[in-house]
Amino acid sequence: MIRSPLRPLARILKARDRGENPDAIARENLRLRHEAMRDKARQRAEGRLLILGLMFFCLFALIGTRMGVLASTEPQEPRQAAAGDPIIGQRADILDRNGRILATNLDTYSLYAQPPEMIEPERAARELAAIFPELSEARLLTDFTGARKFVWVRRQISPEQMQQVMDIGDPGLLFGPREMRLYPNGPIAAHILGGASFGREDVASAEVIGVAGVERQFDSYLRDPANQGAPLTLSIDLTVQAAMEEVLAGGMTLMNAKGAAGIIMDAQTGEILAMASLPDFDPNNRPAPLTTGDASDSPIFNRALQGVYELGSVFKIFAVAQALDMGLVNENTMIDTSGPMTWGRFRINDFHNYGPALSVMDVIVKSSNIGTARIALMFGVEAQKAFLGRLGLLVPTTVEMAEAPTGRPLVPRNWSELSMLTIAYGHGLSASPLHLAAAYATVTNGGTRIVPTLLRQDAPEQGERVISEAVSATVRAMLRQVVLRGTATLADVPGYEVGGKTGTADKPRPTGGYYDDKTIATFAGVFPVSDPRYVIVITLDEPVETSSAEARRTAGWTAVPVAAEVIRRCAPLLGLRPLVEPVAQISVTLASNPSDN
Amino acid sequence: MVRGLLFVLSAMAVMGLAFWAYQENYKTQEAQSEVRALQAQIGAAHSRLGMLRAEWAYLNRPDRLRELAELNFDRLELLPLMPEAFGRVDQVAYPLPDLLPITSPIELSSDGAILPAAPTATITDEDPL
Repeated sequence: MIRSPLRPLARILKARDRGENPDAIARENLRLRHEAMRDKARQRAEGRLLILGLMFFCLFALIGTRMGVLASTEPQEPRQAAAGDPIIGQRADILDRNGRILATNLDTYSLYAQPPEMIEPERAARELAAIFPELSEARLLTDFTGARKFVWVRRQISPEQMQQVMDIGDPGLLFGPREMRLYPNGPIAAHILGGASFGREDVASAEVIGVAGVERQFDSYLRDPANQGAPLTLSIDLTVQAAMEEVLAGGMTLMNAKGAAGIIMDAQTGEILAMASLPDFDPNNRPAPLTTGDASDSPIFNRALQGVYELGSVFKIFAVAQALDMGLVNENTMIDTSGPMTWGRFRINDFHNYGPALSVMDVIVKSSNIGTARIALMFGVEAQKAFLGRLGLLVPTTVEMAEAPTGRPLVPRNWSELSMLTIAYGHGLSASPLHLAAAYATVTNGGTRIVPTLLRQDAPEQGERVISEAVSATVRAMLRQVVLRGTATLADVPGYEVGGKTGTADKPRPTGGYYDDKTIATFAGVFPVSDPRYVIVITLDEPVETSSAEARRTAGWTAVPVAAEVIRRCAPLLGLRPLVEPVAQISVTLASNPSDN
Repeated sequence: MVRGLLFVLSAMAVMGLAFWAYQENYKTQEAQSEVRALQAQIGAAHSRLGMLRAEWAYLNRPDRLRELAELNFDRLELLPLMPEAFGRVDQVAYPLPDLLPITSPIELSSDGAILPAAPTATITDEDPL
């Protein structure tokens, strides 16, 4: 660029001629130059500020627009993320130990009406009543023609019914999706599963909630989406459960019983492989609980878990096991059985008179009340209470069912010496068949405590030791003798070495005292005795065996044959092969009628 | 001259990148819609699977199988599994060893005739179980 000189020669010379100071010209020029420089710098700075301002404006505008867009658009699921399991919203399935389905879901539809949209309410009401016989036409018509804007017609309908409703063709009849709980096996394992019903309902969906049994106990687990729909695996074996229910139902009919309960439990793990209570119900259509009368008359009453009964002589083995474990007796110790035994005003009798004395083994084999009471006298009240407590017979079971806390054993308020004597032979203390099964598993499996469970276990339970292993072996030998030559001879299933004890208890009257002709017959056993794997408890409510002239109510004639049939059917299903038992030496055997007290 | 070439090259690069980005954008959208379709398909397949499993469980319920076994007893002769059904390993015969190859054949007058049936091993069943 062309710079104007500060001291232009022509002007300087001219100024000198006129006698002026030439420096003034230089200063003037310098000032002008500085002004020009200042103007230029300002212009540049203003331009930069403008650009900067524009940039900030754009940035704020961008952020503001984005915020506005985010605030105003509909939320949307991020689709790009990898697909998870799309059904995790559903209630999880319940499976048996081998993965067979006990409970699952089915997509169905619910039917509702919007009367303002309806064209021919009369025809719709008439045809709906024809499709669903339980709906009343008059009621539907009142609903459809009244002031209501919304009417539920049916909670669940089948695809066929849905098609029929569509054929009516009324635009006011609408369908909403419904997830339904399905128990494909019908009444099998009904008491364990319980049932489900709808909780909060909407047109678009409804909450399925468990109302009883395992469904209720694990309700939050089954509904938790964090489990990703992982099924709940129970310890139940569906095949064994079905076989046991079939045999039990047949036995109940043959023995004219009012009800029956059966349990098969793994003696080492406490897993319940089958638990049945008859009469039963269909969990797909769970009956309402009784509001009047005795709750135990309802089919939803679980006799195996909730039914606490005085179970009778099956308790004798606990007194004997305790005396053996404390070293008070051995199996050959002779016990005084001369009767009747009197305690205050109370007399203890035996079913037959067994003579002046029996060995401890024979006290169990012949089921002597007097002998057991005398054994109980050896250890006393406190020891008995502590021992039964360690067997879990004094508190409700902790099995994973919503009804478990209701199966509370009835223990005497004042545990006197007389209570001790009667409890020793199974009267005065009421417990459920499940309590009994767990206690039998504890005393026969080698002596460690078993807590019953409905969930599949992968390892044996390591419970606290209750009795020593040697005592447990003696107990098993005694139970085996009961089956070989005692009150439960009908329970001898060849090849399975069944050992067990019978119990017949008179039912208590609600008014006090006991009925003469109503009994609870129980068989509790273990098989095979040489390697205890399974414990079985069968209980019949008010059985009468009428094949002979005299009506027989003792467990030996009623519960025992049913139990034998259950073992014969279920043991092979459990994969237990029959053992070849050593042939007994040929000798004269005394035949005895199965009978007990 | 060099500046002009540089300008043309960079303009072409921008155009190329724009074209690539355009294509990628459409490919992504296509992939997303495919994922949506697949997810819908998976969902439908899951619900169908659930239905089929329920139906399978319903058709295989023990009560029905028992009834069918009883109805078809003439044909199938199925009985409940009983203790007698268990066998023992030694009740199963070993497969017969293969015959050794004949290395030194003897001339026979009956050569070429049809061979009589080979003797079969008899399996004796001594154990009743």
